[in-house]
Amino acid sequence: MSRLLVFISLAFTLALTGCAKNTPQDYTAFKQSKPRSILVLPPLNQSPDVKASHSVLSQVTFPLAEAGYYVLPVAVVEETFKHNGMTMPQDIRGVSAAKLHQIFGADAVLYIDVTDYGTQYQVISSETRVTATAKLADLRTGQTLWSGQASASSNEQRSNNNGLLSMLITAAITQVADNLMDKGHDIAEITSNRMLSAGVPGGLLYGPYSPSYGKDRI
Amino acid sequence: MTKSTKSLSLGAVVLLVGCAAAPKPIYHWGNYQQTVYQYHQGGKTSPDEQIAALKKCLEKTHATAKKVPPGLHAHLGLLYVNTGRTDLAFQEINQEKKLFPESAPYMDSLLSKIKGETK
Repeated sequence: MSRLLVFISLAFTLALTGCAKNTPQDYTAFKQSKPRSILVLPPLNQSPDVKASHSVLSQVTFPLAEAGYYVLPVAVVEETFKHNGMTMPQDIRGVSAAKLHQIFGADAVLYIDVTDYGTQYQVISSETRVTATAKLADLRTGQTLWSGQASASSNEQRSNNNGLLSMLITAAITQVADNLMDKGHDIAEITSNRMLSAGVPGGLLYGPYSPSYGKDRI
Repeated sequence: MTKSTKSLSLGAVVLLVGCAAAPKPIYHWGNYQQTVYQYHQGGKTSPDEQIAALKKCLEKTHATAKKVPPGLHAHLGLLYVNTGRTDLAFQEINQEKKLFPESAPYMDSLLSKIKGETK
């Protein structure tokens, strides 16, 4: 085998492993269910930042709609829950699939948990990280169709190759700036898009509004 | 270069591009999601400012070949309800229903609820 061939096969392997995720998905139920519309419930927040739930909730419509689904208006849905005496995501999580289907008429529901949200000062670097998990379930049968998780960090973009002192100062300044500018909200956008995209390994199937609907390579 | 190496390198290029290429957006998003976030932040921006932002987003959408994203008209309807402009709210909620027939059961229940409250 020529050296070129070896190099190219290596490139193949890298490209493949670079794309793949470890969690295998079973798409059987998802393919049978063929949901057209998705109801997103207010996320449960396990982080100390009270902004986390609304920050993530306001950014999930983009990836889900671009994947081809109708997404029920998230803030309007939350108002409907409020009118029915439910203000906490925990209370809303307890509503049965049958009841949700009756109120909203959606085909599927998306449950989200935010596990990390915010900036941590770590001596020589400060990191803003947002991690979330999600589960899609059929509202007519209650069956789980898909689950996924994603994490994004501010340290993916920053390179800190300066001296120690300047790194310490940078860390302190970026934490202040990150908190002031709601950096968590920007990182949450990346997390949401990573978690809820179609056409990626382990991702959602395309929905009916996408030109790729029914053409999933899974 | 042999034929097999040629097709292999082509394959590698396709794979790499396949990972990186982002599909073209279906919808024009503008500041829609940012406006939804502001709705929850209470007080930072007024409902009228949020309405103006969404109307601007709609104007820009009409200037492009892209579509209005799911929920935008319904969210605008909610802002109109909250500021007492039920006629405009009706228009927006009906528009959501027209663009996305999947929304009809929920939009109909919102419409009858608003009717009931304003009677």
